[in-house]
Amino acid sequence: MVERRRRVSSLEWSTAVIGGISLISGAIVFLRDGGARFTAILTNDLGLFGSMLPKMMAGCLVSAFMTRLLPREVVARLVGAESGLLGLLIATLMGAALPGGPLTIYPVAGAFLALGADAGTAIAFITAWNLLGYNRALIWEMPFFGPDFVFWRILVAVPLPFLAGALARGALRFIASQRGKDAQA
Amino acid sequence: MIFIIVNVLLWVLVAALGLTAAVRSKALFREGAAEGVRDFVVLLPRIMIGVVGSGYIAAIMPEDLITSWIGPKTGLLGIAIATLAGAITPGGAVVGFSVGAAALKGGGGAPQVIAYSTAWSLYALTRLMNWEIAMMPPRVVWLRALVSIPLPFLAGAGAMLIGHP
Repeated sequence: MVERRRRVSSLEWSTAVIGGISLISGAIVFLRDGGARFTAILTNDLGLFGSMLPKMMAGCLVSAFMTRLLPREVVARLVGAESGLLGLLIATLMGAALPGGPLTIYPVAGAFLALGADAGTAIAFITAWNLLGYNRALIWEMPFFGPDFVFWRILVAVPLPFLAGALARGALRFIASQRGKDAQA
Repeated sequence: MIFIIVNVLLWVLVAALGLTAAVRSKALFREGAAEGVRDFVVLLPRIMIGVVGSGYIAAIMPEDLITSWIGPKTGLLGIAIATLAGAITPGGAVVGFSVGAAALKGGGGAPQVIAYSTAWSLYALTRLMNWEIAMMPPRVVWLRALVSIPLPFLAGAGAMLIGHP
């Protein structure tokens, strides 16, 4: 319950600020460019928003059911148990599949770190959640950017979670080897 | 056509998940459906404000300025500027998506806006400080931030290479 309240309140002032700036911008457009331009922008944006409503609704329902059908403990166990490239792959898939906000994701990542997953796996998971999560894509990105943009945005992001995980493993190995040299010297 | 198929597939997925939940228990289904609808209703006005707002914000922003900084012809420099902007954008999702959408509507290039959106998603500094550092081992947070630095460039460059969207 605390989780929900914090998430909502943290969004609240953001929305208020954007709402305020939008009102001022709308007034400027109306006064400067006239009612026709004002209405054109409104109908254009509302049109996109309206056409995305079924996807947003579906996104909310998928998230709500997935949260219940794919318990966090299961995800943590699945990801925590695997290592190597398969570990990165599973972490990416689970990051994309697990819905929820930061308060869900970081504790899950923390849990599979505790179960023995390496930092690279946790990083692939968080990156996938950030960039490939359907939750964000359907509910947020679609109404703002339209489906075409979102499709290509996600497509170019597909390799990035693996890459982030692999880079992190490389960096850790590098640090470890440097420490080893120090120890020898 | 393709978007109708996507819609149908999505709702088939909703039905399948709902059915799976209902088979497990009626309460599970009811809770899930109620939460899904509630989230939708709560998010609806926020997203609408952001979507409509971004249109007006884009209309009053000086187009020359946006085009010269992050327009389609600004290439990797524009991607770098957009990445930096994404990293320092404060606030929640409404802010990030509204600014990105306003930039796109106001003359920003698609690869540049993809870089902005990717950077904002991966390492918006306020979110890193407020949420992640409190819940994850700091070592992992900084390592994640470090390896994420090249990703917006790769996403933007990838979009430039394939020429979409």
